[in-house]
Amino acid sequence: MNRHALIFFLALLLAPLGLQGAQSPPMVGEPFPDIRLAIPENPDHRAYLGLSGEGPVPLRAIDAEVLLIEIFNMYCPHCQREAPAVNRFFQRIQQDPALNRRVKLIGIGVGNSPFEVDHFRKVYQVPFPLFPDPDYQIHKALGEVRTPYFIGVRIRKNGAARVFYSQLGGSQSAQKLLDQMLQNAGLDAKGAAK
Amino acid sequence: MKVEKTLSLLVAAALLFGAPSFAAAGTAVPEQIYDPGPLKPVDSRLKVAVGDPAPDFTLPSISGPRVTLSDYRQKKNVVISFVPAAWTPVCSDQWPGYNITQDLFQARDALLLGISVDNIPTLHAWVQEMGRLWFPVLSDFWPHGAAADRFGVLRSDGTAERAIVIVDKQGVIRYIQVSDINVRPKLEEIIRALDRIAADSP
Repeated sequence: MNRHALIFFLALLLAPLGLQGAQSPPMVGEPFPDIRLAIPENPDHRAYLGLSGEGPVPLRAIDAEVLLIEIFNMYCPHCQREAPAVNRFFQRIQQDPALNRRVKLIGIGVGNSPFEVDHFRKVYQVPFPLFPDPDYQIHKALGEVRTPYFIGVRIRKNGAARVFYSQLGGSQSAQKLLDQMLQNAGLDAKGAAK
Repeated sequence: MKVEKTLSLLVAAALLFGAPSFAAAGTAVPEQIYDPGPLKPVDSRLKVAVGDPAPDFTLPSISGPRVTLSDYRQKKNVVISFVPAAWTPVCSDQWPGYNITQDLFQARDALLLGISVDNIPTLHAWVQEMGRLWFPVLSDFWPHGAAADRFGVLRSDGTAERAIVIVDKQGVIRYIQVSDINVRPKLEEIIRALDRIAADSP
């Protein structure tokens, strides 16, 4: 067997490992599953995430210290209802100079085609990047969570991505929640300690 | 380091306070859903084909008036969405999804009719639980599944297939998709079919 054939054979053997589904949602403190994302076509979204070239790329390639991921589904009425609140949450992060370069937000539309994700984006004017997961591959890697589901991932400089938050969503007032959050964190609206 | 810690707390707090105010899931009413597990993908044989005149039907709707398919002739393209049964997993997140597609249908001079073989009280309760739907929801309960059967989408267990049938303004069937019952049909396939009808129209 020549070298190329051996590599091909090993790749075939190992391929299913990468596609293996998780039995449970991402757990706090655990490494985030090694999912891959396509590089967005939208140049603003590429710049926002600090991505260039060709995809798919691992999560750690995103230029962020903290990555917030909304797992949604265009067909999910809760996701529809919550979309404006999530948009407001994004705007608040963007307007805070202490956060906007360090905290990034993305959405993954599980079971949604690119068309369906794009329709969701248009209807709710979602300003942050959304990624389709038409064949549920990412969904399976994330333990087939219900939607909307929020995952917070800390990305270290060495590329390690660890889950620090994992929660089924449902809030309808991100504005109120953010204010409450700032209060609880002892910060004012600009992210500075009081 | 301190800032990082604060940042982490900040984000965690935001998400924590964003925790569920109601039990959420992809489906509209996850706790009430009966999951029969994977089913035989298709369990019927079509009795119509693209190009055939659509079999007419008159069915009661949950909003009151009876709806007759042929009443839309010369007026609207009609997208018929047969779903297997109320209170089941895929159906309960298919129709709510169409709530944000009304503009896509209207732009193509089409309306949507949702049909299930459930009776009116069951459909009423199910739709109430899912939230308001902008399109008529029709009951093909009695004679049981008669409309579905005329199209050949009635399964052997008395439920309907998950099927999309598009009827043009001349009353002719222009598109049929009988999906795997376990899988939601892709929105773009419906929209593309409507676009083809628009392109063929004089």
